[in-house]
Amino acid sequence: MSEQKPAAQVGAHAAAIFRWAGQVVLYALFAIFIGYFATQPRYRQLGSDEALLRLSFTHPGQIIANCRERGAEELAKMPANMREAQDCPRERSPVHVRVELDGAPLYDEVFSPAGLRRDGAAAGYRRLAISAGEHRLKVEFNDDARVNGFNYEHSQTVNPVPGQVVLIDFSAERGGIQIK
Amino acid sequence: MMGGSVSSTGHDVKPANAAARLLHGVERALDGVFGVPGNPLRQLGALGFHLFWIATVSGVYIYALFDTSITGAYASVETMTTAQPWSAGLMRSVHRYASDAFAVVMLLHLLRELVYARFSGFRWYAWVSGVPLLWLGLAAGIGGYWLVWDGLAQFIATAVTEWFAVLPGFGVTMIRNFLVTDTLTDRLFSLLAFLHIGIPLLLLLGMWVHIQRITDPVTAPHRVLAVTTVVITVLLSLAQPALSQAPADLSRVPEWLGLDWFYLFALPLVNRGMPGTLWLLTVAATLLLVALPWLVPSSRAPAAVVDLANCNGCGRCFTDCPYGAVIMLPRSDGRRHAREAVVETDLCASCGICAGACPSSTPFRSVTLFRTGIEMPQRPMGALREELELAIKGFDDADLSRKTAATVAVFACEHGECPAPRDGVAVLRLPCVGMLPPSFVEYALRAGVDGVFVAACSDGDCEFKSGDTLLRQRLAGEREPSLRASVALERVCMAQCADVAATEWALAEFRAGLPAALDQQPAGAVLAAKAFARSRHHV
Ligand code: HEM
Ligand code: SF4
Ligand code: SF4
Repeated sequence: MSEQKPAAQVGAHAAAIFRWAGQVVLYALFAIFIGYFATQPRYRQLGSDEALLRLSFTHPGQIIANCRERGAEELAKMPANMREAQDCPRERSPVHVRVELDGAPLYDEVFSPAGLRRDGAAAGYRRLAISAGEHRLKVEFNDDARVNGFNYEHSQTVNPVPGQVVLIDFSAERGGIQIK
Repeated sequence: MMGGSVSSTGHDVKPANAAARLLHGVERALDGVFGVPGNPLRQLGALGFHLFWIATVSGVYIYALFDTSITGAYASVETMTTAQPWSAGLMRSVHRYASDAFAVVMLLHLLRELVYARFSGFRWYAWVSGVPLLWLGLAAGIGGYWLVWDGLAQFIATAVTEWFAVLPGFGVTMIRNFLVTDTLTDRLFSLLAFLHIGIPLLLLLGMWVHIQRITDPVTAPHRVLAVTTVVITVLLSLAQPALSQAPADLSRVPEWLGLDWFYLFALPLVNRGMPGTLWLLTVAATLLLVALPWLVPSSRAPAAVVDLANCNGCGRCFTDCPYGAVIMLPRSDGRRHAREAVVETDLCASCGICAGACPSSTPFRSVTLFRTGIEMPQRPMGALREELELAIKGFDDADLSRKTAATVAVFACEHGECPAPRDGVAVLRLPCVGMLPPSFVEYALRAGVDGVFVAACSDGDCEFKSGDTLLRQRLAGEREPSLRASVALERVCMAQCADVAATEWALAEFRAGLPAALDQQPAGAVLAAKAFARSRHHV
């Protein structure tokens, strides 16, 4: 059986050099491609004169409405082990957060409580770039639907350098709004 | 015109689109540089496995030196690069670049199968099982960068947790884990380190599942390519060692980051505040990829069919089927043979290689209704013999004594270039040259044809992986069923028909070199051949 392959009858020597050089070039190109995109082009995640404001909290709001006092008659009808004097709703209030930067509203949002019965904690997270330098930051927070307006408020002057993170958190145990 | 070109599957099987032609051109060009066996484009899946192993070996090495505590992680990685640049530092760089190359090779492998439309029909399984590998591969790479706990890792922590936070059930708690240093625990960090072992293990499992339906899958690249891959990974590591960025500091965000775009390309979308968009893209891409085999179905030829009356259970079809579509089961028809062949139609590629392997496929059989043990419904052996006989009769009618050139029967693969039929040249098409039983070659020569020309695809181009190799081995007598030793090999040519010019050139050369039967053979032999041919007409 004869095998035939039409190939340009270049001198075998020249062909070998061509193949060898071709392989070196192609492998080098591949290595350069890998080496370059492994770190380049660089990605700018923040402007050069920007700082980052990160707001984050998880907080169970207050109950949505006042408890109701049960009358004596009503209590008498209930099984003995369930006779609680008050009837309280399980649902919690949504949490309302407002942030002002240098007197201008930056951010205003309401976070719902988690869970099908809306009886869990509300959780919020926002990441916002602000310009570096001195700012007056005012944070208002409401976790009680029975209160109009805000039941927590905190103002603070911050002076982040470029790239610095300003963190707004909320912790009822530590007295409410924290700015770090 | 004699013995016209017949497509046994009834549709155009040449590379259908411009992209496929272009890719094929590039592959042929690289064949010229690397040689067919060394061409990386032809073994991307195998290269994927190879790079996975390089990353595994280097990964195990550096993991042994890695400190999985949040305070120790960065320092332990820095120590590798600065204190042990020739051992651990080098391994770290090799680990990075092998992983990067893995991502590239995986994507190229996907694109190649896509461009050649190798995703529908019997290939759906390999295609669909490939999709999770994409995501597992990406997850493994992202997880690796997270462990370094530098500024880049911090960016990844923020982006990934923000990305997941938009899903119900994950929420803000995940983000808060990486918000301030005091909420970040060693336990959590050890979990990340654990995931970086678990996800690659899952990936390996997935890779194994991916090749389950392929007979003899190529999971190791050609030796030269394997060695070269290691060498260039090491050279790149020496030229540009992998470095950490500044240590993570949750109270600061670096302005610029050096991103590894092979793994982290999607995270800037989250950083720009579009985690939902990224989910949309991810889900859409996944659904599209998974559904593709059914969105763009192949016009599929029917599967092979076993004819028990002609099957003796020898198992050759089982051995040669490239897709494991034939299984051997206990005999069901009461004949004394122990086993019988059964085709799993879902897996069958309709290549006909099994029919070419079957001992019953010999045209010398004198049965009236010539059927073989495992038949391609779109190209039955009986019809192939009839077509060949008709072609030979055509040569006869054209009067052999006046002919100026030798007569040739061409058996051509539908997937490659096919010479045009003309006076003295009959062309019979097959789904794959692997379907040609060597006895047909002998039959044609005995019937008076001067030469048999097999138009195969180029090395490595076989649509069904191994059809050309199997036929070559059979013609060379290295594989059953083999061409009988008495057949004059100078009358048989198997050519690689990459393009029209090459094909026509090879055929012309072969034809010109053929000793014309009438000059060479003694008169008695010619008469016998003619009588043989005539007796075969109109069976
Ligand atoms: C981890 C990455 C992957 C590895 C290591 C890998 C490896 C392999 C290997 C070794 C083969 C067999 C090649 C042969 O022997 O002919 C193969 C076939 C195949 N792969 Fe992959 N693969 C990967 C990812 C993918 C992806 C992401 C897809 C597409 C979504 C894909 C689609 C296919 C298809 C369709 C085939 C069948 C080719 C044929 O039957 O002709 N693979 N792969
Ligand atoms: S036609 Fe091809 S894929 Fe189908 S059973 Fe035969 S050898 Fe296997
Ligand atoms: S090669 Fe033919 S005879 Fe042998 S098992 Fe397969 S179908 Fe049966």
